[in-house]
Amino acid sequence: MFDFSVVTHWIDTLLRQWLPEWGALLIEFVLVGVVLLLLYAVIALVLIYAERKVCAFFQCRLGPNRVGPYGIFQSVADMLKILIKELIEIKHIDRFLFNLAPFLVIVSSMLAFGCMPFGKGLIAIDFNIGVFFIMAVSSIGVLGILLAGWSSNNKFTLIGAMRSGAQMISYELSIGLSMLTVVVFAGTMQTSGIIEAQNRGWFLFTGHIPMLIAFIIYLIAGTAETNRGPFDLPEAESELTAGYHTEYSGIHFGFYYLAEYLNLFIVSGIASLLFLGGWMPFHIGGWDAFNQVMDYIPSVIWFFGKTAVVMFIIMWFKWTFPRLRIDQLLHLEWKYLVPIGLVNLILMTLVVMFGWHF
Amino acid sequence: MGNIQEKISAFLPEAVFEEGQHLTALVPANKLNALCRFLHDDKDLQFDNLVSLIGMDWGETLGVVYYLNSTQYNHWVILRVETSDKENPLLYTVSDIWKNAELNEREVYDFFGIRFINHPDMRHLFLREDWVGFPFRKDYDADPKINPIPTDNESSNIETVSLREDAEGRVVEEKRMIFKEDDYIVNIGPQHPATHGVLRFQTALDGETIKKIDVHCGYIHRGIEKMWESMTYPQTLHLTDRLDYLSAHNNRHALCMCIEEAMQLEVPQRAVYIRTMMDELMRVSSHLLFFATMCMDLGALTAFFYGFREREKILDIFEDTCGARMTMNYNVIGGVIADIHPDFQRKVKEFIKEMPGRLKEYHEVFSGNVIAQNRLKGVGFLSREDAINYSVTGPSGRGSGWACDVRKRSPYAAYDKVQFDEVLSDEGDSYARYMVRMKEIEQSLHILEQLVDNIPEGDYLAKTKPIIKVPEGRYFKEVEAARGAFGIYLESRGDKYPYRLKVNSPGFNLVGAVDHMTRGSKIADLIAIGGSLDYVVPDIDR
Amino acid sequence: MKYEDFKDNEYIEQLVKKLHEGGVNVVVGSLDEAINWGRSNSLWPLTFATSCCGIEFMSLGAARYDMARFGFEVARASPRQADFIMVAGTIVHKMAPVLKRLYDQMAEPKYVIAVGGCAVSGGPFKNSYHVLKGVEEILPVDVYIPGCPPRPEAMLYGMMQLQRKIKVEKFFGGVNRQEKKPKDFDEE
Repeated sequence: MFDFSVVTHWIDTLLRQWLPEWGALLIEFVLVGVVLLLLYAVIALVLIYAERKVCAFFQCRLGPNRVGPYGIFQSVADMLKILIKELIEIKHIDRFLFNLAPFLVIVSSMLAFGCMPFGKGLIAIDFNIGVFFIMAVSSIGVLGILLAGWSSNNKFTLIGAMRSGAQMISYELSIGLSMLTVVVFAGTMQTSGIIEAQNRGWFLFTGHIPMLIAFIIYLIAGTAETNRGPFDLPEAESELTAGYHTEYSGIHFGFYYLAEYLNLFIVSGIASLLFLGGWMPFHIGGWDAFNQVMDYIPSVIWFFGKTAVVMFIIMWFKWTFPRLRIDQLLHLEWKYLVPIGLVNLILMTLVVMFGWHF
Repeated sequence: MGNIQEKISAFLPEAVFEEGQHLTALVPANKLNALCRFLHDDKDLQFDNLVSLIGMDWGETLGVVYYLNSTQYNHWVILRVETSDKENPLLYTVSDIWKNAELNEREVYDFFGIRFINHPDMRHLFLREDWVGFPFRKDYDADPKINPIPTDNESSNIETVSLREDAEGRVVEEKRMIFKEDDYIVNIGPQHPATHGVLRFQTALDGETIKKIDVHCGYIHRGIEKMWESMTYPQTLHLTDRLDYLSAHNNRHALCMCIEEAMQLEVPQRAVYIRTMMDELMRVSSHLLFFATMCMDLGALTAFFYGFREREKILDIFEDTCGARMTMNYNVIGGVIADIHPDFQRKVKEFIKEMPGRLKEYHEVFSGNVIAQNRLKGVGFLSREDAINYSVTGPSGRGSGWACDVRKRSPYAAYDKVQFDEVLSDEGDSYARYMVRMKEIEQSLHILEQLVDNIPEGDYLAKTKPIIKVPEGRYFKEVEAARGAFGIYLESRGDKYPYRLKVNSPGFNLVGAVDHMTRGSKIADLIAIGGSLDYVVPDIDR
Repeated sequence: MKYEDFKDNEYIEQLVKKLHEGGVNVVVGSLDEAINWGRSNSLWPLTFATSCCGIEFMSLGAARYDMARFGFEVARASPRQADFIMVAGTIVHKMAPVLKRLYDQMAEPKYVIAVGGCAVSGGPFKNSYHVLKGVEEILPVDVYIPGCPPRPEAMLYGMMQLQRKIKVEKFFGGVNRQEKKPKDFDEE
């Protein structure tokens, strides 16, 4: 299997030959930043297009098909328009917070995005608390949403923000618990370590029952984290017009729009990292020939493929389920998911202690 | 009928009786409330449903006509009150007896300027507070200079006026607050995706919980009833389709039948059958749209498209025969305007065959879903008594167990010739209302099945005189539209124009009950309740 | 959509010819083209409907007519994020200030389509005391779609006309540059 770290090391040594260390690092930082930003934008555009197509097919429609072949440039046109759309200056708002909020959201998802293991050796930051870091930075997003709702000086946005605050903070617990289950099983928090540990089979299969439960909890909580249906209460269109971003226009709204899709990607990416082996090909312990064939498929394709499958499932949720009510939403979290998650964690610890796994 | 007359004259000797479609009694204004209370409470009368409350301008006098009906015995009585004071007309409210009178009396105040003593909330309902004049009075000046297009936003006043009589019999104005000073008030509407049009709910919230809702109507008040007064009878028909556009055929059917009955015009059987079938198709299409929008309101976006997919098939059938998808203008006085399309029967049969499978699909996608059930069950409870008191008819009333189907209670058209069940449910919650509608689709298909092969041959349109005049009198006719009992009140003075035509729309009473049903529930429940009531705003505002 | 598909309305072509008489800067012209391409292909409607036409607008979004093909399906409930408003249905006196406010809340560039007889001229309710005789009394209308209610096909046609109108806009060379009006601008 091709290791992308060969490329990165080659660039690194090349730069260090010509430049002092700080210069080499600076250029590398900029390079990584630019690449990630580009990837971020491209993935978001592709996702927006994909979602529109997927939802169209669910709904017996065709979806965008006029802008470019099969409508593939539809989201490009949308981006172009939203870039030059007017940013409305609203009176009686907290201007500083109002302008800050979309950036917080986008920065949070950007930081989490940076930790994604896109392929073997293709990871920007890989340190020993990787999973913890992802959790920490992705929870900054809720701050952006709360600020947006508060600073807009609008009653709908405020309700939306409060809903979102209650929802995201609650569901963060479940995500944390299911992540912890994985960490207990893998014995490390480092992303590369977790992936390496799935060499003999993905955790979803090797960790059997407790891992399966953790995966399901993660999927539910992850959907809630991204504010997508059936958990899209903060922007419930039929209740709160557009929820917390009602007052945003132009590119500020575009940021929320992008972040929503990127969060979907991040949540799915983490799901594939924790449960489906990240970029690790489909390996079955002992079947060496089979494993070798699987290794011929590049790691990048494995990662994006798995992520796409998870994303598809989450989209499927959105387009089929009705929306929950706020009290039902919190019931689900506090009365079911959290207790189950806690018990599951104990179960996993026992599994690891007694070595009941594969 | 004699019994009712005896009872009324025993209770109130001053009552003057008139003969008409039903027993009519002219009652002195100050005795009205007591009489109504008596009619409502008396064991043998039990007039528990105020079907219609109609403001009138009889030239010399202003007044109100009340159509009362007993759900127990299904007998009718019409009460009439008059006041000759045109400067400051005052009558007594009946809103303490029948809750649906509350909005209806506000409507009368809006249009005729009659104020009701003891009414809790005497504000404009349809028109803005700064509107000059009372448009339904015969001497109203419609000069656009008096009431230009407003450019300023409405003032959001949380105060209202109530009239009380003090001990000496003087009428005094009393200020009342609609909301408390420090209530967190959110305006849901007029431009809001879930109000199904332009309706405004001023909602006082406590967190996510609704404390009180104040309904504002009139954002699509088009003054249809006033326009009717200057139209000939055939012209009046056109606007019925635009009232509740989702039961266009049924509405027009009501007006046609009202005029035909008044003229004592015999409608050919073929037309009767076609009308009945069209009504049922319309009902199915309306319930499909209900399913679609209800699912969308609750966030199940895909189900929306399923509902519309099947609805298009019905629209195809309409288009073949009537030439339009929505405002069909099909029924005319004396029959229907054109014969059915040669494909009509084939397409209807195909649809009847296909639909049950689709309904099953709907139940799999939406009704059976745990989230959907949690969102709907036990939400927006309306008891049978309240349903009658608020006059919540149609599927919403039947969801509360009130057998209010006009097709059964007083069959019209071909409904006495077909077998069908009146779908009832005792739960009274949003889920019951939803399921009643879904089951009504099955019943409508059943009716269609019985009719589609039995359309009699013959004329589809009776011969009428070129100028249609309706003999003098008061006429009232109800049909079962998709949302409930749709009544037409026609008062004629023998002219070719109606003297007064009033629509008793089912949606209007539904909206009146929203505040009662949403108290203490969540914002999301308001959407579910609104969806399950399925009102159409132009029907409310007229 | 292809420009050549429309042979039925030369008004816009003639307008463009007049506008381009003085010649167009290559850079500015192609930038304008790119922007117009984006704008015209990404028109997000505001969810706004008052009566019958609104139901046909919903049909337009549903499976048979599917306006998503053109990228119109991202209906925004908040006016801040919408590009055009389909005034679908009668506008009455009480609604007029609300509609005006909605329009004011929208971000530039914004467009208005008057759908149906009522929004075009007051339609069957022209003689009413409470109905506006056409929405142009309060808003500048870009495209009129007559009908009562117009069929979804007609609405699509109208929306495509709007796209076409946007395609000949000038972002750099037009409103943003102070320039004398062409002499015979409204000769036709």
